[in-house]
Order: sequence, then C-alpha cells, then structure tokens
Amino acid sequence: MSLALLHWSFAIPEIWILAMACVLLLVDVFWGKHHPDLSFALALFSVAGAMLLTWGEMGRTGTTFFGQLQMDPFTNVAGLFVELLTFLTLLYSRRYLQRRGLYRGEVFVLLLFALLGALILISGANVLVLYLGLELLALSQYALIAFQRQNLRATEAALKYFILGALASALLLYGISLLYGLTGSLDLARVAEGLINSGQANYLLMLAVVFLVAGIAFKLGAAPFHMWLPDTYQGAPTVVTIFLSSVPKIAVFGLFLRILVEGGYGSLEIWRQIFVALVVVSLLIGNVVAIAQSNLKRMLAYSTVGNMGFLALGIVAGGQNGLASAFFYAVVYALMATAAFGLILYLSREGFEAEEIADLRGLVRTRPWSAFLLLLIMFSLAGVPPTIGFYAKLVVFQALIEAHFLWLAVFGVLMAVVSAFYYLRVLKVALFDPPAEDLRYGADDPLAASTLSVNSLALLLLGIFPGPMMAICFHALQGVL
Amino acid sequence: MELTTTILFYVFAAILLGSALLVITSRNPVYSALYLVLAFFSAAALFLLLGAEFLAWILVLVYVGAVMVLFLFVVMMLDINLARLKEGFLHYLPLGLAVALVGVLEMVAILWTNPLGKVPAPSPLPAQVDNTRALGQLLYTHYLYPFEIAAVILLVAIIAAIALTLRRRPDTKTQNIAKQLDVRPKERVRMVDLRGPRP
Repeated sequence: MSLALLHWSFAIPEIWILAMACVLLLVDVFWGKHHPDLSFALALFSVAGAMLLTWGEMGRTGTTFFGQLQMDPFTNVAGLFVELLTFLTLLYSRRYLQRRGLYRGEVFVLLLFALLGALILISGANVLVLYLGLELLALSQYALIAFQRQNLRATEAALKYFILGALASALLLYGISLLYGLTGSLDLARVAEGLINSGQANYLLMLAVVFLVAGIAFKLGAAPFHMWLPDTYQGAPTVVTIFLSSVPKIAVFGLFLRILVEGGYGSLEIWRQIFVALVVVSLLIGNVVAIAQSNLKRMLAYSTVGNMGFLALGIVAGGQNGLASAFFYAVVYALMATAAFGLILYLSREGFEAEEIADLRGLVRTRPWSAFLLLLIMFSLAGVPPTIGFYAKLVVFQALIEAHFLWLAVFGVLMAVVSAFYYLRVLKVALFDPPAEDLRYGADDPLAASTLSVNSLALLLLGIFPGPMMAICFHALQGVL
Repeated sequence: MELTTTILFYVFAAILLGSALLVITSRNPVYSALYLVLAFFSAAALFLLLGAEFLAWILVLVYVGAVMVLFLFVVMMLDINLARLKEGFLHYLPLGLAVALVGVLEMVAILWTNPLGKVPAPSPLPAQVDNTRALGQLLYTHYLYPFEIAAVILLVAIIAAIALTLRRRPDTKTQNIAKQLDVRPKERVRMVDLRGPRP
C-alpha cells in the first residue's frame, strides 16, 4: 500500500491536535508573554475543534497507517469523552493558573500533548503505538506536575510519579516483548491469532500477562500498585490533579481494552484471576485507608484507588456487558473526580488550597451553592440515587452477578458502604459544623464557577436520565469483542 | 573468509568485555568514560561483522559522538566525591552478590529449559540489500505512525526540559540586545545649559 492510499481521515482528530499544539507553541513564542489569554483561547478552540472532528467521524470504522490506528465506536466515544474532560480541565484552570504564576502557554501545550497521547492510546491497534502513546501521555503529565518549580511538594510528587511511572513502563514493555516473542507480531490482530494458536497453558504467556496487567494497574492506580497516587494527587497543582484523575483513567482503560481484550483475549482466564486479586486489594486498601485521611485531596486519591477496584469489578465480570459497565464506570468516575477536584480548585486562592477537610467547615453558611454542589458530588461518589454514581455501581454489580461472581459482588457492596462513611463525613463537616471565622475562600472565578455548576448538576441530571449515556457506552464496546 | 570473521569476532568481543570490565573497575571516572567509548566502538565493530552497518554507525555517532561527550562534561563539571560514593560498598556487597547470583541462576534456568525453542539463525542478506535503505523505507512507510509519535515525544521532552529549567532571574546582569538597540538619544543624553543665567 502506498502512502496515497492511506485513509488519513481516520486520524484527523490526532493530526488536528498535533498541528494545533505546534501552532500554539508558535503563537506563545510571539504573543504569549503579553497576551496569555490568546494561548488559553487557542487551547480551548483546539480541544473544541477536536471534539467536533471526532463527532464528525462517528459511525465510521476502519484502520489506517498500515493497520496501526483503528477507528471503531470505542475510538470515537472514548475519544470524545477524553476531549470533553480536557476541555473541562481547561475551563477550570484559568484563574487558578493566573494566581500561581502558571498562566503560560507551555501548560496548555503540554495539556494538548497529553490529550494527544490519550487519543493515541484509545485508537492504537499496534502494541508499539500503544506504548508510545502511553509514554507521550505520561511524559506530559510529569512535566505538568512539576511545573510549579519552587513548590517542593509538587516537585516531590512529580519525581515519585516519574520514577514509579518509568518502572511501570518497564514492566509493560517487558510484557510486550514477551508477547512479541510468543506471537512474532506487534499488530494486535496478529497477536490475537498467535495466542489462539499457541493455546492457553503456556507459562511464558502467563508471565507476559502478569507483566502487562501490572503495568496497566500501575497506570490506573489500582492497589497494590497505588504507592505513587496519594502523594502525586496531593502534591500536584489542583488543575493537574483534575486532569490526572480523569483523562488517563479512560485512556488506560483503552490500553487495557486494546492489549488484553483485542490482543490477548486468548489469555482471558489468566488475567481475570489477576484482576480478582487487584479488585479485592484495591477495594480494601482504597476504602479503608481513605477513612484515616484528613486531607481532602489525599482522601480523594485513596477513593480513586477504591474506585479503580469497582472499575476492575466490571473487567472481572468480562464479556460484552462487563467491559461496557467498566467503561461506563470509568467515564462516570472521571466526571465525578473532575467535579470533586474542581470544587477544591474553585474554593482555593493564593496561599490557600482549601484541601484539608477541615477547610470546608460550615461551607453551607458561607457558600450555600458550593455546599449544595459538594452534596451532589459526594452523594454521587458514595453511590446514592438518584445520582449517576449509583447507576455506575449498579451496572457493574449487575454484570458481576450475571457472570456468577456473587461473593465478589457482596464484597463490593460492603466496601461501597464503607466508602459512604468517609464521603458523608466530608458532608457532615461542610453542612453541620460551625463555620470557622478565619477561613476566606477564593471562589471568585465565574468561569470555574459555571463549569463546576454544570459539571456537578450533570451528575444529578445524568442520574435522573441515565439511559442515553449508558446506551452510548454500551454501544462503544460493541465492535470490540 | 569465514575464519577471519570468526577471529575478528573473538578479538572484538574480548576487547568489548575487557573494556566493559575496566569501565566498572577503574577508579577515575574519566577513565571509565573513555573505556566505555572503547566498549561502544567494539560493539559497533561486532554489528559491522553481522552486516548491520546502520546500527554500527548510529552507535558510533550517537553514543560515542554525543552521549559520551555529554557524559564526560558531566563528570568533569560535577566533581563527584568518589570516597563518599564508595563508603557503603562492603556493606552492600553481600546483598548485591546474592541478587546477581539469583539473576544468573534464573537466566541459566530459562536457557536450560529453552522455552522459546531453537531460535533459527538469521538468514544471510543478499549482497545488494543495503540495510540502511531497508530500515529507512520501513520507518517512513510501515512504521510512519510510531515514528511520528516518537518525534512528538521528543518534542514534548524538549518543551518540558526548557519550561522546567529556563528561568529569568531579575537580578542577573545579562545584556538585552534588543533593548540596547532600541535606545533613543533622548534617553541617554540630557542637554544642560551651562552658561548660567543671562545678564
């Protein structure tokens, strides 16, 4: 096939993001110093444009770049969600970055490149491409976390994430090399064929799958590979935490789907067992340790670990339904985490991050609307109906029971009850404790305020009308199995 | 022909092993770096014997030409205190030896059971095939997409490195050429009337 026959159009969102990131770099060089708003607007425009382009590709299927990039419903839907979450991050970011002297074009450029990495992960059909996409996403994230150079905690967070992330990449790469050794190909379709031919009881395959799952769990932040997560979430600038807790989760779910489901479905029984172990440990560590936290960002980080456990429940359930429920959970969790960290960001000001739970004392007296949004977010995280968080947990448990993992479902429900305790404790502090006199919130950014309101109200509205979004997520997984 | 190749292989392999050993045993870090250069050269020669001339030249150009020079710069600029680095050596030796031993045993076990089966020798290249061209053709057609992504990763690395390290301190006395050229006479010269008041 010659280059002229390539279907470039399948890669248009990726090409657009790359081109716009380069344009943004140039614009920033010439006008960025005096007009930082120009870079900001251009970044918003780029992501919005990518959303439109992805929307335009809906319903098309095919591959391009010699079968290394594939366009299927999952590519479109997950791509759209990832772009939407990046857009939300950008909308939240403006005042926060301005106050900390970070309102510079490089931040937006790095965000765009991270988005590009996520898109590559979601659409990759070749193991090498997937690995490179993961590195692109991770590298941009390390730089974003460390951007506040004089902040010691941010630097520590970046360094921890960098070293453990490099380790995770090494694990993943080792698994990939074993997979290549077994099947003789890097293309996922050929890998899948090779695995079916090689049979199940293969110790090398087992070794490869162990490394692959370990690498993916590292990037997702599932226990026992979660060591980097609390420090990174707490130390990173809150804008970056919003990004970290949303976009990579969906992207890494894409990585899992491509490598282990499309490539390695022949090894289903092997990775399912490992995921069962991951689920139990994640639910236990995430939810129990979160109770002991007094820092809200740290508590939410541990709750991420627990939530990745719930997500992995869907993966364990397997099959079309289980995977679709896991994807739905990933999307819903990303929306909830965006809102939760968005609230912290909205309340912060210079020299005050509003990140301790005690900082929210009596929020309902001083900021009733914010307190109401907090209520929605925490109810959704705890899985209280009629918020969307309830449906996310419901579909996962449904799929699990259909797959006859009853004991795991019971354990999951128990852990959901445990998690309700620490979410509701935050509400208790915000709604019933007397307000502290010395607390002064930032809360003066209209852009972040409206974004936060829309984001949080969406949790309620999507919960009342969960049908369309569920249908979209289930449709996305149709072509995969 | 066959014999000379074999002899050359053993000569280069011996030099490679010897210099690699010297890299980690010599006390002076500059010597270590220079031995590493020698090791890279020998490895490049081995690649050439295999007919992989592109890899050989890349190894020489990138590692010897760029990376090692950078390495020497760092070694000379940092002035590392070697005595302090070597302090814990005996303390860590038992554990290090144990780890190395387990590693060797694992490798022997894997090679002994030979799970991948016998790996066939690579088929000899036809005389007119030039592997630089073959690599280039693959890289810019079949592997275009990963190649471009790798390029983007490098771009991100550049941006990140510059954004994280470049800072303008207000108190440094650097010249701003544009500002110097922009100067108007009015800003530098003040005309003062020294004749005093007229009578």
